[in-house]
Amino acid sequence: MATNQQKNDVPKELFVPHERKEDTSEKITKPSRSFFQDARRTFFKNKMAVLSIILMVIIILMSIIGPYFNEYGMDDQDLSRAKMPPRVPVIEDLPFLGMNGTLTSEFKGDTVEEATENAIMRYDNAEDYIDIKVLSEGDGSTDSAEVSATYHIYEAKDMQDEYFWLGTDQLGRDQWTRIWLGTRVSLIIAFVAAAIDLLIGVAYGGISGYYGGRVDDIMQRILEILIGIPKLVVMFLLLIVLKPGIISIVLALTITGWTGMARIVRGEVLKQKNEEYVLAARTLGQSNGKIIMKHLMPNVAGIIIINIMFTIPDAIFFEAFLSFIGLGIVPPEASLGALVDAGFKVFRLYPYMVFYPAVVISVIMIAFNLIGDGLRDAFDPKMHK
Amino acid sequence: MEAEKVLEVKNLQKFFKAGRKNIIKAVNDISFDIYKGETFGLVGESGCGKSTTGRTIIRLHDATGGQVIFNNENVHGKKSKKDLLKLNRKMQMIFQDPSSSLNPKMTVMDIVAEGIDIHKLAKNEEDRKRRVEELLETVGLNREHATRFPHEFSGGQRQRIGIARALAVEPEFIIADEPISALDVSIQAQVVNLLKRLQRDYGLTFLFIAHDLSMVKYISDRIGVMYFGNMVELAESDELYKNPLHPYTKSLLSAIPLPDPDYERNRQRIAYDPAEHDTSEEPEFREVKQGHWVRCTTKEFEQYKRELENK
Amino acid sequence: MSKLLEVKDLSVSFNTYSGEVQAVRGIDFDLKKGETLAIVGESGSGKSVTTKAITQLLPKPQGYIKKGQILFEGQDITKYSTKQMQKLRGKDISTVFQDPMTSLNPTMKVGKQIAEGLIKHRKMSKAQAREKTIELLELVGIPHPETRIKQYPHEFSGGMRQRVVVAIALACNPKILIADEPTTALDVTIQAQILELMKDIQREMDSAIIFITHDLGVVANVADRVAVMYAGKIVEIGTADDIFYNPKHPYTWGLLGSMPTLDSNEEELFAIPGSPPDMLNPPEGDAFAPRNRFALEIDTKMEPPMFQVSDTHYAATWLLHEHAPKIDPPGSVQRRMQGFASMDDGKDGEE
Repeated sequence: MATNQQKNDVPKELFVPHERKEDTSEKITKPSRSFFQDARRTFFKNKMAVLSIILMVIIILMSIIGPYFNEYGMDDQDLSRAKMPPRVPVIEDLPFLGMNGTLTSEFKGDTVEEATENAIMRYDNAEDYIDIKVLSEGDGSTDSAEVSATYHIYEAKDMQDEYFWLGTDQLGRDQWTRIWLGTRVSLIIAFVAAAIDLLIGVAYGGISGYYGGRVDDIMQRILEILIGIPKLVVMFLLLIVLKPGIISIVLALTITGWTGMARIVRGEVLKQKNEEYVLAARTLGQSNGKIIMKHLMPNVAGIIIINIMFTIPDAIFFEAFLSFIGLGIVPPEASLGALVDAGFKVFRLYPYMVFYPAVVISVIMIAFNLIGDGLRDAFDPKMHK
Repeated sequence: MEAEKVLEVKNLQKFFKAGRKNIIKAVNDISFDIYKGETFGLVGESGCGKSTTGRTIIRLHDATGGQVIFNNENVHGKKSKKDLLKLNRKMQMIFQDPSSSLNPKMTVMDIVAEGIDIHKLAKNEEDRKRRVEELLETVGLNREHATRFPHEFSGGQRQRIGIARALAVEPEFIIADEPISALDVSIQAQVVNLLKRLQRDYGLTFLFIAHDLSMVKYISDRIGVMYFGNMVELAESDELYKNPLHPYTKSLLSAIPLPDPDYERNRQRIAYDPAEHDTSEEPEFREVKQGHWVRCTTKEFEQYKRELENK
Repeated sequence: MSKLLEVKDLSVSFNTYSGEVQAVRGIDFDLKKGETLAIVGESGSGKSVTTKAITQLLPKPQGYIKKGQILFEGQDITKYSTKQMQKLRGKDISTVFQDPMTSLNPTMKVGKQIAEGLIKHRKMSKAQAREKTIELLELVGIPHPETRIKQYPHEFSGGMRQRVVVAIALACNPKILIADEPTTALDVTIQAQILELMKDIQREMDSAIIFITHDLGVVANVADRVAVMYAGKIVEIGTADDIFYNPKHPYTWGLLGSMPTLDSNEEELFAIPGSPPDMLNPPEGDAFAPRNRFALEIDTKMEPPMFQVSDTHYAATWLLHEHAPKIDPPGSVQRRMQGFASMDDGKDGEE
């Protein structure tokens, strides 16, 4: 227990009643900040979310301007330049990046000669343009010898001046152009899905929640039926009348995609409308319209934005999945899903064909999820410290 | 002395449906009057229907049965927009939870001015601002607080903003729905002092709903005790405190902890057992003594009368 | 009586985006075997944080013990590992939280929730644990414990649930029971029952209780000693009689004055004006000075040390300094101090 030492050092003249110049008992010392200012600050503290935003801006920009970076069009087929590996000027000299326009693989055989022969056969018999490196001499038994072959395909095809940054596909179309065009298609589908969520989902959930009672009962039964139908089934049914493509995917999303949002908005509105600030507005005589616009919307907005951030990757994945099983975008149109599907078929030999589109899909999905997480924290007042 | 009645509650009922068959009788046939300039306290434990009573009086709930008459006009039933607005201006409410009673996305200025805007009380932007600042000062806050958001305030400050919002439309009658339950004791006193001062300065009439009998006793002129949707006892606050008749009121009074160790050491709590009542007939609300009403049967009525006479 | 728990110069801070929030700023107190210490204060005064520091349940990583020692039976438990602490929390120090709705697991049978601790910390067999559980439920006054143990929390009323929480806390015969506003969420009649229960149990098990509340009525009911906290400091500490009948700190006066007595009809309550300070930037000098109507000039410059009033009673206010002008407590508080004696007359009506 602290005691009464040094109490005699205290200047005596200070023991007079304090005269208050101003009443500071209600003073708030913290600087004033609105909820959204706090939210923004919390969001920008989240490095992963900020990085994701930057990545997404780049990806969206590239999906707009990327295809025009080179002279190749989306559907410029040319079998003579099919399956070219990626080759990028300048960094082609950095071998470890794999952007030097060569194909490398390991080949096995009973002897070194046999393995070499296998390699040459695989690489268009262009013996002069293949570097062979012996990995294992072998002892004559089956597949005991192993060589690594590097095929300088650009030289072999006499295309030293050509650069396919991300290679070409089986039909000789430039992958760079197709990936960004595909990204564009995927993003369009994603943003359409988000718009549907916003228009139908928010309105449906909002009306259902705010008016409650019988209206709510009927709207919820309808919603339950819609939730009961898998998206894939809707897609199958649509394909009876429509051709596969953007339109049918968007329609499938229009029919069922917004149900999650409607449920979340309804729940939140149900909760918010019984909060005392809404009751207070009602006792002041505020009209329903103003209560919705001034009180409910700003307080439900956060959850809507967060939910949209999770809708977008869902829609992208839905499209990719459909394209992958052949129900989505049809060639020559490209989408990230369609590109992965095409690349997957030759995955063992030309891994770059599936690698790059897969990377773009993954980055988009992860980025939106991280942005969504960041926003969720940002809109949570508990995180504003 | 017959004072002017501001509010008459007659056989008010409010039932809620719970599931298909069950009906919760949150408020079951209660009647009381509130006179001009008084504070009427309504106490009871959670779930007794006291808040539902308050909310039904101000039309946040539609009444299942009975009437609420405010200034000789029925509050419930179909009403024109104009009449409703008039009612909203005269009757206001202060809410319980300071953390949810203010819209977190609005500035204090806009929160307090909401009523001013709805009822078009301000001549211009300047007048609106001046009114809000005056209201803030009335409730003991600074005018600089107008630009801040609710989350920057402490619970007591927020409660006072809620009071300023209710005052903005210059009401005659205010329903205070557990305005201090969520606050610390020291802050409760601030708010209670403020309400008392406002009542004196503006001639307000209060319906003060709470579960804390000691504060209700302090602030109220008359007190009604509710138990499971019924009003079991109603009397002037001193009378109720000195001569509680209904066993439930007695148990409530005996349970209040007081800041006095000696008293607490010797305190005898009285437990309430609903089974001890006379069940020979349906109890009714009867006046045992001038202004002192108890819900009882004829037999109990006689017994209470004798109890009072023997005091 | 031996000291069971000693808190020495404890400071607890929280790191936030805006800076360091000094929730507790150097407090000292001790707890003896079998006594009840009440910690009183407004929300944000640091009373809850203090007990969370003792049980090391501070929100990680923002909250941390900045300095000081917490000695439990002579051992500094701030240095304990997570494992040691878990053991201590299960066996020697247990907590009853405010909200009986959220402190029970809704998907687990009540009996199992009580037995859990018994099996884990007291190494009982299932059958033994069941027997002990029934015994505990009987102890906390729950009728028909044999059938009740098979029920889920939602089948219990609020008061009954808080009894279950108390039973869980008592399962391992803790040496210290921390009750963090255990009755704030309850109705007065239920509150009275729970308080009686806790006192009965204490008599029976001889546990020490740290009781946190902002309600002085409850304090008067349960406490042997009282510590009044304001802005992260203990401003007054003493026996219940010291605090209620001879309060020295103006903040304590304010707390007492804030409560109306049932028989008084004063025009205005002696309330404490203003709001608690922001612990991000605690004011210079005495933190209570801006709200203190008896503040001295020195209060705005220097923090007051603890002055000893009696063997058991200490208060941190410059008003106790020998040079200080003599200031009497406000009238309503004085009346209260004397008036309590005569309360018995007014009480007759309710019997």
